[in-house]
Amino acid sequence: MNLLVAQAQQIEAPQIDYGAIAPLLVVLGAACMSVLLEALLPKHQRWAVQLVLTLGTLVGATGALIFYATSERPAQGVATLAGAIAVDSPSLFLWATLLVLAFGSVLLIADRSVEPGGAFVAQAAIRPGTIQDRAQATKTGMQTEVFPLTLFALGGMMTFVASNDLLTMFVALEVLSLPLYLMCGLARRRRLLSQEAAVKYFLLGAFASAFFLYGVALLYGYAGSVKLSAIATAAAGTDRSDTLLFAGFGLLVVGLLFKAAVGPFHSWTPDVYQGAPTPVTAFMAACTKVAAFGGILRVLTVAFENTQWEWRGVLYGVAVVSMVIGAVLGLTQTDVKRMIAYSSVAHAGFLLIGSIALTPEGTAPGVSATLFYLLAYGFTTIAAFGIVSLVRNSDGEATHLSQWAGLAKRSPIVAGVFTFLLLALAGIPLTSGFIGKFVVFSAAIEAGLAPLVVIALVASAVAAFFYLRVIVLMYFSEPAPDGPTVTVPGAFTTIAITLGAVVTLVLGLWPTFVLDWAGTGTFLS
Amino acid sequence: MTPTYYLLLSALLFSIGAVGVLVRRNAIVVFMCVELMLNAVNLSLVTFARINGSLDGQVMAFFVMVVAAAEVVVGLAIIMSIFRTRRSASVDDSNLLKY
Repeated sequence: MNLLVAQAQQIEAPQIDYGAIAPLLVVLGAACMSVLLEALLPKHQRWAVQLVLTLGTLVGATGALIFYATSERPAQGVATLAGAIAVDSPSLFLWATLLVLAFGSVLLIADRSVEPGGAFVAQAAIRPGTIQDRAQATKTGMQTEVFPLTLFALGGMMTFVASNDLLTMFVALEVLSLPLYLMCGLARRRRLLSQEAAVKYFLLGAFASAFFLYGVALLYGYAGSVKLSAIATAAAGTDRSDTLLFAGFGLLVVGLLFKAAVGPFHSWTPDVYQGAPTPVTAFMAACTKVAAFGGILRVLTVAFENTQWEWRGVLYGVAVVSMVIGAVLGLTQTDVKRMIAYSSVAHAGFLLIGSIALTPEGTAPGVSATLFYLLAYGFTTIAAFGIVSLVRNSDGEATHLSQWAGLAKRSPIVAGVFTFLLLALAGIPLTSGFIGKFVVFSAAIEAGLAPLVVIALVASAVAAFFYLRVIVLMYFSEPAPDGPTVTVPGAFTTIAITLGAVVTLVLGLWPTFVLDWAGTGTFLS
Repeated sequence: MTPTYYLLLSALLFSIGAVGVLVRRNAIVVFMCVELMLNAVNLSLVTFARINGSLDGQVMAFFVMVVAAAEVVVGLAIIMSIFRTRRSASVDDSNLLKY
């Protein structure tokens, strides 16, 4: 009881740097407002109002971010909200990346031209396969709750990459995951697959969060605090129990690697990517990847930099497994969305190489390289899923690879853009994918991970085979007579695909600007 | 009684939960096992708070409870919707997505 009284007297209100966390506040505030609008507006007005609010929020938050980033601010960053949120250069870079990628994803989510009424079910409560379900599939109108859900997920991601203690990180992890679980289950067509994806993602995601949380508890027991810097200090040389430290680290990293879809914790990825509505898949593939690796980078460089020689071997092995799984299983896929999912597992392996590229002197050359790679990969993926949503037949998207045969004869432009994006995923020069791989691999060599880079190059070569297989299929096969058609996209999808493809090209030709920006600072410790 | 026993109990409960997730078939039971894991973590957080002589761990346990409650809302909604479709909550029946 004395303890309680003593601690209660110490509590004082924390200082809040509102300028620094303004982007976060804008996104989360707008998410709450969006929920209210959903409750108050009549059905026919919701889509337009929600869309304007969501896009306006993203622009506003980006504006606040630019304003803060260009103003007078401490070079090493600030920790605000009693040290719970660290706003430093990598945070700002990741926030900007997340906001711009979310802009592209929201455009895909809002599109109503490709699928009349949008890719989302009109009412999630309608049972699949019933008369009402067949009626909703052709009727316009969609469940506009996806907009607030997207904003909440984005707010969670932004908090996740900036969180400076493990408890904030856990809460942010849940805030980003829970809306995503729901969004996976809202497809307008193939509802059974969509619901199944939601159940799988939810059960496995909750399982992984429990591991993450147990890791947090053990690290709290080890260090007496969940602040990343306190864990680093505690690990720097004490007689505390190493069991707690390494058990905690292992469990924590399992949770993080699950979210980042790194093999062997990738088992949910192909199923969820295939079953979820394609715009949501784009959002997950781009933004969740950025958020998860942002978190991994911060945890590894801030909290566990001192102990890198103990854990480096383990993550080394995980990166190898991830690249091999992604590249080899990707070869056997017959569905475009599953193929891109396995490609994302392979890319997660490359990203992990960048994340563990720490030098003994305490510098982290991999951080800026990984940040660049995340940005480049996100844009390419969003555009690729945008293209996937265009190839359709009478019952929705035609994702089976055999249906893509001869696509170039039906639509040279779509096939051309998709070819370019696949080459970027494969890492061919003049695309952002090449520059991304180049900077990550050079950072890894600088950190003494040359054998890993060799394995990564072999994995890239194997992965290039399945990208090229799609290209060959599109250009050198005859189209089937009852094959799918390529929908002419409306403005939103066109903008999203163009944005993704142009950024992929521009970063392939002039990457210096973004590379400089990614390398401006290090994590606040 | 030393606090270590509570840590061991918490590890035991966590393991029971983890094994339950892996072997049980019913989605609801799987989900309950996840909740068991979260509550096992709560027990160790509170025990560590006691060992460390600070209240942080107890406060964290409250955060975990709130998060677990939010997770129940979302999880039961998802499991309900698939149960209404299939008249079954068995995770083995959800097998359309593979290879």
